[in-house]
Amino acid sequence: MNLLGKLDWSAIPFDQPIIMGASGGVVLAIVSILSWVTLKGYVPYLWREWITSVDHKRIGIMYIILALIMLLRGFADAIMMRAQQAVAAGGAQGYLPPDHFDQIFSAHGTIMIFFMAMPFVIGMMNFVVPLQLGVRDMAFPTLNSVALGLTASGILLTNISLAVGEFAKTGWVAYPPLSELQFSPGVGVDYYLWALQISGVGTLMTGINFVTTILKTRAPGMSYMRMPVFCWTSLAANLLIVAAFPVLTATLAMLLLDRYLGFHFFTIDGQGNAMMYVNLFWVWGHPEVYILVLPAFGIFSEVVSAFSGKPLFGYRSMVAATMSICVLSFIVWLHHFFTMGASANVNGFFGVMTMIIAVPTGVKVFNWLFTMYGGRVRFTVPILWSIGFMVTFVIGGMTGVLMAVPPADFQLHNSLFLIAHFHNVIIGGTVFGLMAGYNYWFPKAFGFKLDERWGRTSFWCWLIGFYLAFMPLYALGLMGMTRRMQHYDVVSWQPWLVVAAVGVVVIFAGIVSQVIQLVVSIRDREQVKVTADPWNGRTLEWATASPPPAWNFAMLPQVTDIDAFAFWKRKQRERTQQAQPTKERKFEPIEIPKNSATGFITAFFAVVTGFALIWHIWWMAGAGAIGVFLTMLAFAFRNEEEIKIPADQIARFELANQAEIAG
Amino acid sequence: MTDTQYDRAPGDASALPDVEQGTSSGVLVYTIGLALAVVLTAMSFWVANTSLLWAGGVSLGLTVLAIAQMGVHLVFFLHVTTGPDNTNNVMALAFGVLIVVLVVVGSLLIMADLNDNMMPAAELMNLQMQH
Repeated sequence: MNLLGKLDWSAIPFDQPIIMGASGGVVLAIVSILSWVTLKGYVPYLWREWITSVDHKRIGIMYIILALIMLLRGFADAIMMRAQQAVAAGGAQGYLPPDHFDQIFSAHGTIMIFFMAMPFVIGMMNFVVPLQLGVRDMAFPTLNSVALGLTASGILLTNISLAVGEFAKTGWVAYPPLSELQFSPGVGVDYYLWALQISGVGTLMTGINFVTTILKTRAPGMSYMRMPVFCWTSLAANLLIVAAFPVLTATLAMLLLDRYLGFHFFTIDGQGNAMMYVNLFWVWGHPEVYILVLPAFGIFSEVVSAFSGKPLFGYRSMVAATMSICVLSFIVWLHHFFTMGASANVNGFFGVMTMIIAVPTGVKVFNWLFTMYGGRVRFTVPILWSIGFMVTFVIGGMTGVLMAVPPADFQLHNSLFLIAHFHNVIIGGTVFGLMAGYNYWFPKAFGFKLDERWGRTSFWCWLIGFYLAFMPLYALGLMGMTRRMQHYDVVSWQPWLVVAAVGVVVIFAGIVSQVIQLVVSIRDREQVKVTADPWNGRTLEWATASPPPAWNFAMLPQVTDIDAFAFWKRKQRERTQQAQPTKERKFEPIEIPKNSATGFITAFFAVVTGFALIWHIWWMAGAGAIGVFLTMLAFAFRNEEEIKIPADQIARFELANQAEIAG
Repeated sequence: MTDTQYDRAPGDASALPDVEQGTSSGVLVYTIGLALAVVLTAMSFWVANTSLLWAGGVSLGLTVLAIAQMGVHLVFFLHVTTGPDNTNNVMALAFGVLIVVLVVVGSLLIMADLNDNMMPAAELMNLQMQH
């Protein structure tokens, strides 16, 4: 019995200069940031105000920071793949051995879906939804912090795999039999599985938390049909999380049983059926697409309506479209495996359903267009992203409907056409939406605007770079190039791949502009300082100070209409015209949930458990699991849940804040 | 909440008077639930072992008992009722049932249909084993 399981010095790939250089750089960066923070004495502040915070705004911001860091990591993988394919034509092998290339494309997919897009979307919802609902926090604040911790644990495990051991070489879907022990005996697939299992639990917690928050805690007067569209799309996305993520967890658990305990769910011997994995994976996988894109649709709705200075066109049809997508997304999953041997009838049914689900999405596009029509559109950075989205996403949607035709899919399946399609909808839909939201809500989160000029530069770089990088992939797919090729013999593909590589460089310029935008804005934050409502917003998050206080609203707003804040401002204007005296406001103490280290400690033990299970260090896995359990127990027996903020503190804040608005 | 004053989260203090409250919780309800659950569990063991039933009917019988068991849990332990304070729970249950039916029925259909265009299993095995 080995005390460290399978772990020894051979796990660290000392002979691979690229991997060692990258991990060395990462370790160096982490060590220097940590020592800088410690030397400056920021640790108590970070611990008190951020790491143990259960404030939904802080948690949302931390989610987004995680997502932005992982965007850089996933993008580094993308650059490496594009560079490899740009050179590895004919007899050339490029600079990446197949073994490493396979890990890169698997890590790229896993990271971008689970550890970039998901935390970004969840962070955005975390920050915005309670503010838009006009409430003071989420339904379960500490659960929220635990969910963040578990997501971070999954991310940490994935990044540890860079230096210690290896990552999966199976693609981000990890289909058996390739991902079974017989064909992937290394720890790569185990890293993949445990990282997703741990972060998946966190995502499920988030889903439950949001569904409860939106259904049960809204400002007085906010009936369902007065909820902002972003809240509706968040509700739909979180219903999908609650319904779909358990399927993923169960599927991956079955694969884990196959790999660890010799079960035969998906093996090719012992009556296993690998097709069942593919089927169940996409039962989760297709709703996941909508989990990512529905909140983005919500962001566009808010942005388009705010910057057109009009209420959203067709609010009711927007809600209906959102909720019908929510249900329809569960009856299209087979279109991910048309070629796996089903009969024409089954393929035909799912093909038709796939075309039908494009209808509500089309409704939404027309709603946004009609919202802008006749409006006085202010061309700020968020609206640029939105317009870029509308054009790009429609193209991506069209190629999707094309692939929904089973005979066409037999030609295009697993070709670069497919790669181009889903990047077209995920970048053009989710990423553009998140960037719009990032620019739109940044002043609310920090009290100053992001630099417009660098924001515009970054948008144009992203947009042009996107088209350069992915349009050649459509052509290559039609020419027959399949995905995940480490090298290829057809020399005529190379010019297209070189263009795609140039496109990635342009996107990189966009990302650099975003970093500069952030740095420049922080440097000049005094000049770009804003008050509560910098964009002339329409929903309740703009009714409170920027950045909002821990209690969000000193008094819960009374909602009497859709676009509650726009309605309130109109009323306010009428009132000042009639020169009525404004009512004297009297404040009462507010209870807010107490900080808790539960999330951080749970995350720590989750990482220990996950790492131990990956390397078969059973005693450590047991210790970690007991640690998680004891942490939960300690939380369950806590004495104090809430702290009270005295009325005079609130009054002082409100006074200072109103003076700011007046000035 | 705004929709109805009865609308509340599970675990919150009830807006209903105690008498009405008693119909969906309390020791008696849990006891009835426990008894029913035990009876159903015992029956499923009996069904699995008995020779009284036609062999082909055993799995069907177990399915029926399992669904009944779910019903007992929902009504007696999770307190899903038709009362006015239960709209969200009932909606959530309906959504859950819809999704489960879609996934289970869909998966069974797909898996049953999947071999239509496949080569025989033995050949497939051969192909996989060549690596």
